[in-house]
Amino acid sequence: MTVDPKGVLTGHHYLDGDHACCEGALAAGCRFAAGYPITPSTEVVERISARFPMIGGVFIQMEDELASSIAVLGAAWAGKKSMTVTSGPGFSLMMEHIGLAAMTETPVVFVNVQRGGPSTGLPTLPGQADMMQARWGSHGDYEIIALCPNSPQECFDLTIEAFNLSEKYRVPVMFMMDECVGHMTERVIIPKPEELHVVDRKFTSRPPGEYLPYKVYDGWVPEMVKAGDGYRFHITGLTHNEVGYPAMNWQAQEKLVRRLIDKIRKNADEIAMYEEADTEDADVVVLSYGITSRVAMRGVEMARAQGAKVGTLRLIVVWPMPETKIREIAGKVKAIVVPEMNYGQVALEVERLAGGRTQTVLVPHGGGTVHDPEAIARAILEVSR
Amino acid sequence: MTTQVAEANTPINPVEPFLRMDRMPHIWCPGCGIGTTVNCFARALTSSGYDLDKVAIVSGIGCTGRVAGYLNLDSFHTTHGRAIPFATGLKLANPELKVVVYSGDGDLIAIGGNHLIHAARRNIDITVVCVNNMLYGMTGGQVGPATPNTAIASTAPYGAFEQPFNLPFLADSCGAVYVARWTSYHVRQMTRAMREAMAKPGFSFIEIVAPCPTLYQRRNRLGDGLDAMKYYKQRSTRKDGASTRDVDIDFQGDIVVGKFIDRERPTFLQAMNHRFTERLGSRYTPYPTGLED
Amino acid sequence: MATVELKFGGFGGQGVILAGIIIGKAASLYDNKDATLTQAFGPEARGSACSAQVIVSDDRILYPYVSSPDVLVAMSQDAFTRFSPEVKDDAILVVESELVDTSGVDPAKRVYGIPATRIAEELGRKMVLNIVMVGFFTAVTGVVDREAVRRSVRDSVPPSTINLNLKAFDKGYEYGRKVLAEA
Repeated sequence: MTVDPKGVLTGHHYLDGDHACCEGALAAGCRFAAGYPITPSTEVVERISARFPMIGGVFIQMEDELASSIAVLGAAWAGKKSMTVTSGPGFSLMMEHIGLAAMTETPVVFVNVQRGGPSTGLPTLPGQADMMQARWGSHGDYEIIALCPNSPQECFDLTIEAFNLSEKYRVPVMFMMDECVGHMTERVIIPKPEELHVVDRKFTSRPPGEYLPYKVYDGWVPEMVKAGDGYRFHITGLTHNEVGYPAMNWQAQEKLVRRLIDKIRKNADEIAMYEEADTEDADVVVLSYGITSRVAMRGVEMARAQGAKVGTLRLIVVWPMPETKIREIAGKVKAIVVPEMNYGQVALEVERLAGGRTQTVLVPHGGGTVHDPEAIARAILEVSR
Repeated sequence: MTTQVAEANTPINPVEPFLRMDRMPHIWCPGCGIGTTVNCFARALTSSGYDLDKVAIVSGIGCTGRVAGYLNLDSFHTTHGRAIPFATGLKLANPELKVVVYSGDGDLIAIGGNHLIHAARRNIDITVVCVNNMLYGMTGGQVGPATPNTAIASTAPYGAFEQPFNLPFLADSCGAVYVARWTSYHVRQMTRAMREAMAKPGFSFIEIVAPCPTLYQRRNRLGDGLDAMKYYKQRSTRKDGASTRDVDIDFQGDIVVGKFIDRERPTFLQAMNHRFTERLGSRYTPYPTGLED
Repeated sequence: MATVELKFGGFGGQGVILAGIIIGKAASLYDNKDATLTQAFGPEARGSACSAQVIVSDDRILYPYVSSPDVLVAMSQDAFTRFSPEVKDDAILVVESELVDTSGVDPAKRVYGIPATRIAEELGRKMVLNIVMVGFFTAVTGVVDREAVRRSVRDSVPPSTINLNLKAFDKGYEYGRKVLAEA
């Protein structure tokens, strides 16, 4: 674990979420970024373009999001930690390379500062409607990791975590902010470099000739190499064998794709990050994520004032879901209330996990602003009767 | 290119060390021009003397897109049209690499056209080898951005009628510092051009006109690969320094070949270093460009 | 003070957002409080109505938006007309007195006015009017400590303009003390 102190802006700052995300990336060791301007995410790359020259990073504003999202993969295979940043319409264009990153097991971070959609939607206003797209948006079957910060401080902290998870599992990590968090300014405390937890890339120690790029020597994840080190390796988006060569048959497909999925699904409990409070004797648990988790707390307080016994489960890692935890809660409450800024995405997964043992109540909101906390309070009171 | 297997430790073909022999036989049809270009590329690498551990090759999708997979280099087979932006990230993140993009006309000029023009404009220090077989081969011979009028293609069954791109003119007007065109008949000239292009700092572009015997030749009743070679031999005219404006290729018409553009322009990283040093002074440590002495 | 909701409004180019940032930063970094700033802006870069919302609290702030301001700082008539109906019944209205007509306002509300643009012009730079307003706001509301705001001004403006901006802050602050004493 090595932190390059040049990238760490230690101190107390008053930053918005977009700028804090940039600082998190720099602290995590990101030294290549590519992006294309799009509201409300542009401030992230604006700050990167100003900060990188001082610390030895390269930023390039590409011609579109297709280009940005694959330039970062190229940089990753040259050995750099890399990131691209966008919002809904650009995220749609990036799907192609989320798939390529998943298939080639390229560690990379995709930041999506969510706005209202579909299509051009509400460029300057928040939404949380890209959650399913983050998980399933590229064709084919694969798993990714997605994190949802709810404050500028978390935009810093969790961007580092996003890089760490991408390195540990060699998977594209979706950093799912929203316009509200991105443009919200609060105190952000950046620790000293030696206090940060940063995961380095696990390069193989095997010499060329004794190394296979897609052989799993230990655990779930193959060891990585980078271009220029003499391994003469091959990377392809085609289904490939352990050597990395295309293998056009169902056996290779089964072996590879199952592992791509299992390395995340089977480690879901280890990857999980959530905040749980007051669930012990609760009748109702409010499950939320991102900015909605803060808004929901006000709704929870309103409902408690009227006697409701409410607990909370805030997902920090949304994908993969903490399935064990959600099943456990489903077994002991009257209902799980899920407010989210869409018409039902994460709630569908919660409902599946609840498996009929409790009711799942969606509190939808189309985006454009955050929920009215009273709507959340009403939903809680309704089901706790 | 040979598909024979070498006998114990005695390569029968001098380009064999550059190929992944464990992936032979390759997928290309008999008479296809792509293998010839790969042979030339391997020879260009041999004579260039580069440390092959520092050469990376990037392809998109298509018949030519499979080239990366056959070369014994660090090789990347990416998505359709996106070889150039992948190569951009690879090169900028490690400028000591010599990065070559090797793909086809459909991949680089149609779906990847936007990336081509911007990489040329930025003068990203990569070499682009575009094998132009004038249609989409892998998917069955559809009309492409370089299909001449009025060639028959599977999605232009009555003959192509769109204006095709003149590839050297496109690359030239977008700022490429080295632009050449050869055909798969011109193996020595092509090899030399590949060597020159790789040595040239900045964005270099080589178009190689090559036959697709299975789909283009056959469907247009032009015979086989050998007939294509005869056509290239008879109708090619070498005009080094020709204005790229004048090098369109009509259906079975004259093919102007040669080195059209060879000029100097700061690369993306050189320009970046210049700007940041000018503006930031000692606060900026110049980034490696891969062109240091 | 548990929680105070502030709204800063004006037109683009007046430094409305920076005024909000200075107050938020002062509270959150130098006055042991939490402060959440959100902003609303039109697609136009200049001249359109813009506003910053700041919540200052002794506790952790959950809901990020201001629903009903305790204090409205209006630097344009448009902002005053638009935002004054939203404020709390006993809200404090802080206005640029030569740009905003407050006649007809409910007498339950406290109105404090300052000719900030003229004071800024007298200091030689019209663009520091937002800092004059910040100083005035600090004096008449007492929401954030004076030294905290001064420090925040110092590290929020370009280094070459620190002295000018501190002068603007002090002018606004003094004017506010005077207005309070007269009230």
